[in-house]
Amino acid sequence: MQTIKASLYFPIDMTDKPFITDLVRDYGLTVNVLQAEILPGRPGKSVIDLTGSEEDLEKGLIYLSEHGISVHMFTTSIIHNADNCVDCGACVAVCTSGALQIKAPDWKLSFDPKECVRCKQCVKACPTRAINVNVFQ
Amino acid sequence: MKRDFIEVNEKIKAGKAVVMTAEEAAELVASDGVKAAAKKIDVVTTGTFGPMCSSGAVLNFGHSEPPIRMGKITLNDVECYGGLAAVDTYVGATQPSNDKGMQYGGAHVIEDLIAGKSVKLRASSYGTDCYPRKEIETQIGLEDMNQAMLFNPRNAYQNYSAATNSTERTLYTYMGTLLPNKRNVTYSTSGALSPLLKDPELRATGIGTRIFLGGAQGYVAFEGTQTVFNHHELESGGDWYGGVTLAVVGDMKRMSAQYIRAAVFEGYGCSMFVGIGIPYPVLDEDFLAQLAKPDEELFTRVFDYSVPSRSRPALRLVSYAELRSGEIELDGKRARTAPLSSLRIAREIASELKEQVQKGEFLLSEPVQYFERGKVNKPLNIK
Repeated sequence: MQTIKASLYFPIDMTDKPFITDLVRDYGLTVNVLQAEILPGRPGKSVIDLTGSEEDLEKGLIYLSEHGISVHMFTTSIIHNADNCVDCGACVAVCTSGALQIKAPDWKLSFDPKECVRCKQCVKACPTRAINVNVFQ
Repeated sequence: MKRDFIEVNEKIKAGKAVVMTAEEAAELVASDGVKAAAKKIDVVTTGTFGPMCSSGAVLNFGHSEPPIRMGKITLNDVECYGGLAAVDTYVGATQPSNDKGMQYGGAHVIEDLIAGKSVKLRASSYGTDCYPRKEIETQIGLEDMNQAMLFNPRNAYQNYSAATNSTERTLYTYMGTLLPNKRNVTYSTSGALSPLLKDPELRATGIGTRIFLGGAQGYVAFEGTQTVFNHHELESGGDWYGGVTLAVVGDMKRMSAQYIRAAVFEGYGCSMFVGIGIPYPVLDEDFLAQLAKPDEELFTRVFDYSVPSRSRPALRLVSYAELRSGEIELDGKRARTAPLSSLRIAREIASELKEQVQKGEFLLSEPVQYFERGKVNKPLNIK
């Protein structure tokens, strides 16, 4: 089993089809929708985590691309450098996915990569440049 | 129950002073009541660590052979003021560098110097009979300088408005990145630990007050620029204060880069995180009641920063406890709240200060002069 993170781009005529349900039912994948923007008359975008066996993942991704949904695998990760961080919270203000949090009791910044949707807003928002993008693959 | 500065300092020198941070004092007052707590506590310490743009440093480089009256001056390509004589300068925290723009500025020069790094000094002059040299280029560190004083004309805002954005586009401000449609709110004080919020009437703060500044002992030099005394009573029974600022001065050579950090606010420019703490003597029960106020009883207002005017409309009053909760309601919708000043480091400052007072290393100083009241904040009218 492995988990991959990807952005899906739906053409206008594909936004009303239940692809997520198909991935779960027909391909045995676990889908976690992290972000979704599906509006009538517009192309749609979604960020998802897909968990399954390598074979099922591959079949699921082929199914999506056969239906005109372009899949962009995440090839970057966000790195929080705690040594440079002053725990101010400026990054939390822009982190709509909730991956970055600062709260009681210790008010130290915490970063959960699993929740991160790689929007990279935090990189610019950090006043001490303690958040960087790491490119892998 | 009354105490004065002399009495408190005698106790500190004797190692008998009972010192608590403002958060600890709040807990004791909540459990034992203000009367009993006032008998027990002698000193309450505060702390804040937030971006304070109106900051900078006065530096003296010493004279070269032959000497120069420096006119155009840069440190790591950041322009410094050349209108003083002859090897004095002022480097402002928000000055962007000529080569890196806002990614490196005056605040970074100050942080680098405090961190023990040397910086590139370049200066030029038209040359005079008494100062014949016309150009100089060298590396210089704090240990090479005669004086290096952090001199910040406006720090430690008593209270600061929280910020949001009602437009459809993201705003990049000194209050951080403000998402469209009031989706977030940023705020920047340490609330219950904030120095001037805890001494709202400035009973124990004035010119000459010894303070914790960037890890060293510094002083209040004057009222901070734009100081104004604001006090508003609330219908609900509480009240809120704001408007006072401090001009502070201290020896950079004794400071620590842990408590002075350069900041970059995307789209706005450079700023500097400054660590400030003030220890307050518990003068009487009324003063302790103020010093011990929790976040629930301290308020600020939320402003819409998309209004391009100096008089923006206030959207609502909010307590620091609500801001700390992570979200507040704005016009019937929930908005994520996030701080810009570090509560973690503010606590470190208040604790460090507590320890220094307990050990007798930090004595309290009664103001030489209290700030003048009744001033109004004048706008700049275009004539």
